Amino acid sequence: MNIVVCVKYIPDPNVPNEMDGKTLKREGVQGVLDPGDEYGVEAALQLKEQHGGEVTAVSMGPEGAIEAVRRALSMGADRGVLITDPALHGADALVTATVLAAAIARNPFDVVIAAVESTDGYTGTMPMTMAELLGVPQLTFVNEIVSSGDAFRVHRQTPEGYHVIECPTPLVLTVTAGINEPRYASFKGIMAAKKKPTETLSLADIGLTPEDVTVQQDVVDLHEVEESRETELVRGDDAVARIVDYLAEAKVI
Amino acid sequence: MTKLWVHAELQGGKPIAPTFELLTKARAVADEVEAVALGAGASDAVDELGRFGASRVFVSDDAVYDDYLALPATHAYEQLVSEHEPDGILFPLTYDSRDVAGRLSGRLGATLMSNVTDLSGPGKARTAIFGGRLDVDVELSGSPTLLVVRPKSFPAEPADAAGAPDKVTVDVELPDDVRKAKRIERHEEKQAGPKLEQARVVISGGRGLQEPGNFRLIEELAEAIGNAAVGATRAVVDAGWVPYSLQVGQTGTTVTPDVYIAVGISGATQHLVGMKGSKKIIAINKDEEAPIFQVADLAVVGDALKIVPELIEEVKARKG
Repeated sequence: MNIVVCVKYIPDPNVPNEMDGKTLKREGVQGVLDPGDEYGVEAALQLKEQHGGEVTAVSMGPEGAIEAVRRALSMGADRGVLITDPALHGADALVTATVLAAAIARNPFDVVIAAVESTDGYTGTMPMTMAELLGVPQLTFVNEIVSSGDAFRVHRQTPEGYHVIECPTPLVLTVTAGINEPRYASFKGIMAAKKKPTETLSLADIGLTPEDVTVQQDVVDLHEVEESRETELVRGDDAVARIVDYLAEAKVI
Repeated sequence: MTKLWVHAELQGGKPIAPTFELLTKARAVADEVEAVALGAGASDAVDELGRFGASRVFVSDDAVYDDYLALPATHAYEQLVSEHEPDGILFPLTYDSRDVAGRLSGRLGATLMSNVTDLSGPGKARTAIFGGRLDVDVELSGSPTLLVVRPKSFPAEPADAAGAPDKVTVDVELPDDVRKAKRIERHEEKQAGPKLEQARVVISGGRGLQEPGNFRLIEELAEAIGNAAVGATRAVVDAGWVPYSLQVGQTGTTVTPDVYIAVGISGATQHLVGMKGSKKIIAINKDEEAPIFQVADLAVVGDALKIVPELIEEVKARKG
């Protein structure tokens, strides 16, 4: 089974965000593999363990994003691809999907896995756009893979439970955080990753021109939101009585 | 003349609540407002969609739109868009609508903006980042633009002088290859008590509860207060303490109750955007520096595991 997993390099989510002009500040902020993508990498590795084949980790981002690809390789992916190009700065979801689809479509694949959304952007639609551009169906918000092979049977999370969905390959699969317990990258894995093949590609390398990645969105203004709440602070022995008074004042008890 | 479409997502044969929020907003910012309803129940929804301002509704009652993910709807939209040329399409931020909007973005080469919290037209929208601390205004080009809007961003109000809308039956030839990702079974767990979106009081628990067994304190407090729903953070849902249906936040349910009680929740952006619209917010957390206190009306600094049991007893005593 040829398995592709999309990985994103994001500013460490544990560090408070800052803006650099109109995009998220990345310089001086430690980057990491998006924690949400670890579930995708794990799902890819489990599919490989069941069916054989190869796992390719693909990323689009600045040059430093190769770190996210290496992290996937350390966990056990076989090869890595990074598409990086100055023309991609400030890419929106459609551009990201265009680039990833062009890179992935260079080789035959059975399943492309992505997280349901990134931890920094939360657009949450990129994988569907990518599926469309790849010309394959999508199995989204998957929290359990019941069976896999020439067709997949999965549980798709819904607000009140789950639906069982069936779909033939090739397909795009998006996974929720609950789907598995991602493995740690072992020391051996980290050492082995250094010898695994990685490709760094430009737009031209994947057959795209700067016109193909024109962003149709522009941030025109940013402003701080005035916080209108006045916070009353309580602690210690008075806390419980104050909360109960507060609930009574709000007429909910 | 700007023309906005609203994607009327159907659940159980009825448009979901955010549909009417989107129609209300669309009326205020566009000259023409139309809706698209695909799947079982679409025809029956026409009048209600009209009451909220849709002058025309494109409908198909074909179950293919319910049975197969995204592909049939994308196909139908492609044809409808080329025939009727809307300037923008509004989608609610739900799983099914994200599936269609994302797919359509690729099909049409149309730009898509997600997490929209306000808009003044098809080409001008706003989103909030960093847990709502920053508003970001975005201009979009091309047509149609695809705007995926956070539920509860606007009120839903019927239009003053709404006539009966034109009903246009969607006549689209669907090729076989749209029948790929098929729904085989549906498992829905009906929650006891009021729904998260509708409860007057929502009490949510986070990691600060330390272990899954302590989550029952949240349930007991909800029971003691009455007419209260139980919620949770993404962290404890991901950890498997409670089902996803309880998740409050960016990727869960957005709630705006009269009173929101955050117990042992630090206040990650992910959570804040789903609850900061609540009328009153009470937060209980050990860490005085926790970001949740920045949005709280009543900030209670202390150990939730000690405070909540006492609170349950006190509420019961007060209610007699």
